[in-house]
Amino acid sequence: MSEALKVKTMEEFMAEGKQPEILFWVGSAGSYDDRAKKISRAFVKILNRANVDFAVLGSEESCTGDVAKRAGNEFLFQMQAMMNIEILNGYEIKRIVTCDPHSFNTLKNEYPSLGGSYQVLHHTQFIKELIEQGRLSFEGGMYKDKRITFHDPCYLGRANSEFDAPREVLKKTNASLVEMKRSRKSALCCGAGGAQMFKEPEKGDMDINVMRTKDALETNPNIIATGCPYCNTMMTDGIKAHEKEESVSVLDVAELIANSL
Amino acid sequence: MQYIPNILFVLALVFGIGFFTRNVKKLTRNIKLGKDVDLSDNSSTRWRNMIRIALGQSKMVVRPIAGLLHVIVYLGFIIINIEVLEIIVDGVLGTHRVFAPLGPVYNFLIGSFEILALLVIVSVVLFWLRRNAIKLQRFIKPEMEGWPKKDGNMILYIELVLMCLFLTMNAADFQLQQLDAPHYTKAGAFPISQFIAAWFQGLSIESLIIIERVAWWIHILGILAFLNYLYYSKHLHIILAFPNTFYGKVKPQGEFNNLASVTNEVKLMMDPNADPFAAPAEDTAEPEKFGASDVMDLSWVQLMNAYTCTECGRCTSECPANQTGKKLSPRKIMMDTRDRLEEVGKNMDANKGEFVPDGKQLLDDYISREEIWACTTCNACVEACPVSIDPLSIIVEMRRFLVMEQSAAPTELNNMMSNIENNGAPWPYNQMDRLNWVNE
Ligand code: SF4
Ligand code: SF4
Repeated sequence: MSEALKVKTMEEFMAEGKQPEILFWVGSAGSYDDRAKKISRAFVKILNRANVDFAVLGSEESCTGDVAKRAGNEFLFQMQAMMNIEILNGYEIKRIVTCDPHSFNTLKNEYPSLGGSYQVLHHTQFIKELIEQGRLSFEGGMYKDKRITFHDPCYLGRANSEFDAPREVLKKTNASLVEMKRSRKSALCCGAGGAQMFKEPEKGDMDINVMRTKDALETNPNIIATGCPYCNTMMTDGIKAHEKEESVSVLDVAELIANSL
Repeated sequence: MQYIPNILFVLALVFGIGFFTRNVKKLTRNIKLGKDVDLSDNSSTRWRNMIRIALGQSKMVVRPIAGLLHVIVYLGFIIINIEVLEIIVDGVLGTHRVFAPLGPVYNFLIGSFEILALLVIVSVVLFWLRRNAIKLQRFIKPEMEGWPKKDGNMILYIELVLMCLFLTMNAADFQLQQLDAPHYTKAGAFPISQFIAAWFQGLSIESLIIIERVAWWIHILGILAFLNYLYYSKHLHIILAFPNTFYGKVKPQGEFNNLASVTNEVKLMMDPNADPFAAPAEDTAEPEKFGASDVMDLSWVQLMNAYTCTECGRCTSECPANQTGKKLSPRKIMMDTRDRLEEVGKNMDANKGEFVPDGKQLLDDYISREEIWACTTCNACVEACPVSIDPLSIIVEMRRFLVMEQSAAPTELNNMMSNIENNGAPWPYNQMDRLNWVNE
């Protein structure tokens, strides 16, 4: 990515005595994971293009605690949550957008009863809003002849019933969207959730991500679109297991849009 | 002497219903062993869910063939039971077809019961074939061996026999009406049983009365027996599906509850004014146990879930872990919970209502850690369940116990968690570097 990105922290906004329109919650994967960092940058490129006045927390951001909660460590989760809530409330944050459905889910659903109530959006929802409001427009020729299949992240789809926003955004690329035989409510998990991302799977006869990429490959796609950094890793590994990395790429919805700008 | 049948009938009825009441009491006692949760919220959504999911069978039709067959058997079962009302009144009063004065309405009712009965027979046969001849994947998993498999077939046999008895009874009745037998009022329409009646041509009135009476008696005794079989069977769902869908999760599936006991402790830890050496308040009870290792640690809804489970396996067939050969099966989680709860209940029965520790628990003795850790928390099981059961919530409670009470998470997860504690991220990176991605 050659363009310099414009990213300001909440601290800088405070110093200027201003409030941003929205806070971009980058998440741990988006901050540290090499593949996910590209997704963060693609999303910022979109925000910059649409002239969105957004902030990040930078070094004041800490893990949401989501993965600890799914692993059963309620203590660690609530510690993290309360620390984050203190900072978010201190800055009087109202609206948050994130590229990670796990952060999205926990911020939106599990933070309120601990004292942190915000309007939380998944990045595909926010991109959809930008397009609808006419703040973001593009030709979208880049993927015109491509077949794209979207893998529903469990924590966006089933967990929070958001199936349409990513699909509507993808339509703007003018690619042809193809659905896997299990999609939306009945989508198969990529295998990363519930803290599985951080451990070896239990004994079985196949890895879940290999099974899920098989679903995707059956649609003969050029691109598998994802909306979650963990799904992205899992699907990328799955493609490699099927030895299809030459012909099929795995890209986040934000990347597909950023590349279309 | 004339009243002997009436007396026998009333006795059978009292005995059947009495036994059923005893089972219901046991059932509620066992469910109440669970922890209390307040579910008085969202009552209009809850009513809607119950009507849509339990009454309207909305989740059943996701799989169209099984769904349609199930709707037939379900409707058949409910509607034909209107007939049971007449049987009971007749049995007690010694009348015959007491609702006959309803005239055309009565004919219509009896006629439609017969058609439904035939449809039920067809569906039950198809169900049996699915279970035994086609060997549908989800019916031959390890947890279905033994009693669960027998139970599944048993219900089909009972339904088949009950429907056949109903039609036989009507056929004999119809024939008796043709012969102007005394006491057999001319009433009802017999679109199906008239064909059975053809076989009864030439039988004497006496023989026909015997056939009619025997079918009538076995039919009603069968229904009473079936009522009492429920408690021991996955068929309990015909009752519990209603409360269970009512009390099912109304929050987004991704939202897990926040443990209030943990919140209190965390708040204390984070409060700069709290005195760490302060003497504990007077009323501090024994610190609450985090998570669940046995059925009493679960909520009453989770225990009701276990009794409601129909063992249909829709959850398991959607489970990514199970599909890829892992040991985890959400159906087994529910079946194990019920089995253990029954064991606890029997223990209490044998010890004057007090539970005497038996050195066993749900975790390890029924559900292994390997199963618990294989879950991706994807909610596919929750989505698939036709009666709003949440197997995932039990898995999470058991993880909470393992992690917070036993520090027994898999090593890799412990590493991940200590990274979060130390660096605010599940990986060992410096929190100061959080913004480096911008300029890379
Ligand atoms: S939540 Fe867990 S048990 Fe349920 S389907 Fe997903 S992996 Fe299986
Ligand atoms: S939990 Fe639900 S889906 Fe799973 S076997 Fe029981 S009734 Fe069927």
